[in-house]
Amino acid sequence: MNPVLRWFHQLGSPPYFYRFAGRWMPWFGWSALLLGALGLYLGMVRAPADYLQGDSFRIIYIHVPCAWMSLFVYVVLAVNGTIALIWRIKLSELLLLACAPVGAMFTAITLITGMLWGKPTWGAYWVWDARLTSELVLLFLYFGVIGLASAYDDVRQGARAAAVLALVGVVNVPIIHFSVKWWNTLHQGETVRIFGQSSIDASMVWPLLVMALATKLYFAFAVLLRTRGLLLEQERAKQWARDAVTGAT
Amino acid sequence: MHPLRKRRLLLILGLVVGIGAATTLALFALQENVNHFYSPSEVLAGSAPEGRSFRLGGVVLEGSSRRDGDTLKAHFVITDRFRELPVEYEGILPDLFKEGQSVIASGTLKGGVFVASEVLAKHDENYMPREVAEAIAKGKAQKAADGAAPTQEPRP
Repeated sequence: MNPVLRWFHQLGSPPYFYRFAGRWMPWFGWSALLLGALGLYLGMVRAPADYLQGDSFRIIYIHVPCAWMSLFVYVVLAVNGTIALIWRIKLSELLLLACAPVGAMFTAITLITGMLWGKPTWGAYWVWDARLTSELVLLFLYFGVIGLASAYDDVRQGARAAAVLALVGVVNVPIIHFSVKWWNTLHQGETVRIFGQSSIDASMVWPLLVMALATKLYFAFAVLLRTRGLLLEQERAKQWARDAVTGAT
Repeated sequence: MHPLRKRRLLLILGLVVGIGAATTLALFALQENVNHFYSPSEVLAGSAPEGRSFRLGGVVLEGSSRRDGDTLKAHFVITDRFRELPVEYEGILPDLFKEGQSVIASGTLKGGVFVASEVLAKHDENYMPREVAEAIAKGKAQKAADGAAPTQEPRP
């Protein structure tokens, strides 16, 4: 068998994933902490103030990376949902459950920081434009996934029901991303572009990229941590799980 | 691929495509309601709702903003660079409000004048340090001076 494919199959095995996650978690966690501190320092202290907004623009260094993550986590969640529904892989079901609270947190931070910025800049905490509304719908989708999954006594059944909801909600992801392009919104258009010229000065963009990386690493850390917990709970009757808890290897 | 898994895959694809199509159609049907504001051209073409409040968005025309003496009453013109609409507003304007800046005003149209009850500043997607903004403005002014040399008002 192809070594990459074999590794992928191995990863699906609970004891293997448990050890794999345990090995990588500290790396992700510490690098997220370090990069996050660096990104915040660069963004809050070193980056120059905006010509129009002054210092209030600095919320971009939290708001925008969290907004990217709110979509990124949802896509990861939906991919795991697809795998869980088609191949019935237990690990994917648990990864889906682990993603949901992390994504909900990023979405909530996005909404709250956006509101705090909106009041002084726009003059209102909240307006019902397409971007803000669709992001709020995303938060409710995360809540729906969490709620639906926990409504079932059987974790696996709950996860699969939540996966169906997650797939239904996938349609919201392009809506959020393109909402500022398709409709007239109060929310501004995209600033940082992967293709083409970004409309943010180079001296301001670096902290943003550092924060984007830090939030991704934090997400990896948080999901591995949560999945390990879920794995132990699910496999508590198995010998490897007992060994992992008691420390015998 | 296992036939059962293939069936599930097709089912999921069908679900996602179906919902995507349904949402697209719904959003197309709701196009007008999803738009947060109307531009002056749209309002003057008659596509804005008459007799009830709606939002008007555009740029505050340079040299159009003035206040009534000691009151909070403000007059300015909103333009989309094609058509213009005069606006009346009484209240505190947001910090970012200034001429040349995008704003969204909500209110009603009364005899050709848009009477706003709320004015929000729309921020654009450009971020730059003050020095860069000044350099760009200077470059623009230089270019204008080299060309037709239009008079530029000094900005506070």
